[in-house]
Amino acid sequence: MITGQDLILACSAIGAGLALIAGVGPGIGQGIAAGHAAAAVGRNPGAKSEITSTMLLGQAVAETTGLYGLAVAIILLFVKPLT
Amino acid sequence: MIQISAEADFMIKKLVSYELFGQTFWLTTTHVAMLIVSVVLIIFAVAANRAIRHAKPVPGVFQNFVELIVEKLDSMVKNSMGKNAYRFVNYISSIFLFILLSNISGIFGLRSPTADYGVTLMLGLITFGLIHYNGVKKNKIQHFTNLFKPLPLLFPINLIGEVATPLSLSLRLFGNVMSGTVMLGLWYGMMPLLFSLGIPSFLHAYFDLFSGAIQTYVFCMLTMVYVGDKIGDD
Repeated sequence: MITGQDLILACSAIGAGLALIAGVGPGIGQGIAAGHAAAAVGRNPGAKSEITSTMLLGQAVAETTGLYGLAVAIILLFVKPLT
Repeated sequence: MIQISAEADFMIKKLVSYELFGQTFWLTTTHVAMLIVSVVLIIFAVAANRAIRHAKPVPGVFQNFVELIVEKLDSMVKNSMGKNAYRFVNYISSIFLFILLSNISGIFGLRSPTADYGVTLMLGLITFGLIHYNGVKKNKIQHFTNLFKPLPLLFPINLIGEVATPLSLSLRLFGNVMSGTVMLGLWYGMMPLLFSLGIPSFLHAYFDLFSGAIQTYVFCMLTMVYVGDKIGDD
């Protein structure tokens, strides 16, 4: 017998899984940033440290959207606001 | 027979309760971990102060270490803030050391204080205050009229952008550290004992050391970029 509570828990788990689809975008973005940084280092090896710090900054900003998805998933799984 | 215990244990634990203004508050593991981190930092600071006060012409190991830290932090702040670096280097260095030690405290068995949203939100709000204090100080009333800048129609979007800054800063730090904490908690809780003996050291190295150091750097860097954006270069 499936009660309403069980249904909400199951749907929360599915929703948490769906929320982590948000990880696709930052992955692509960070890959592009790292690729271009590698190309830049290849062209100008002297500026390696500056390129690396710029790349890390850009990647961290790109990562934010993925982390929003993670926050939603964590809230759905462990805080259980809907039950 | 492999025993799998389905007890993933990584949430904040309540330790002591106390009453204040009719509300019940809890001292949690976050407070304890923060206290330990702060005490370690203070002891290190006192020791560093003594070492520098009696500085030798040929530095020993500890004095070298302290000089290295100060030099690296100085150059990091100077590279991104230029002439204004001397005003912010103390604050940035302090939060850098605090966040770094908080992030890597997961290695020593503590629950990282930065995996508690209350801590990172406060760090984000301090940055928010710093941004607008310096913005008002530099640009006076223009700081607020800048919100209407390209078009008055864009005021709501600009306002949301300003409010989102501390939220995204704090969520970024929290999300990264929390994801590491959750992963390690799941690994320790769900795996049979055999797998939780040597393998987690790699996970600790990645989630606590690498990710923690990167996020510390990013938090300080973004704080400097946001503040430097408001006060300009001169």
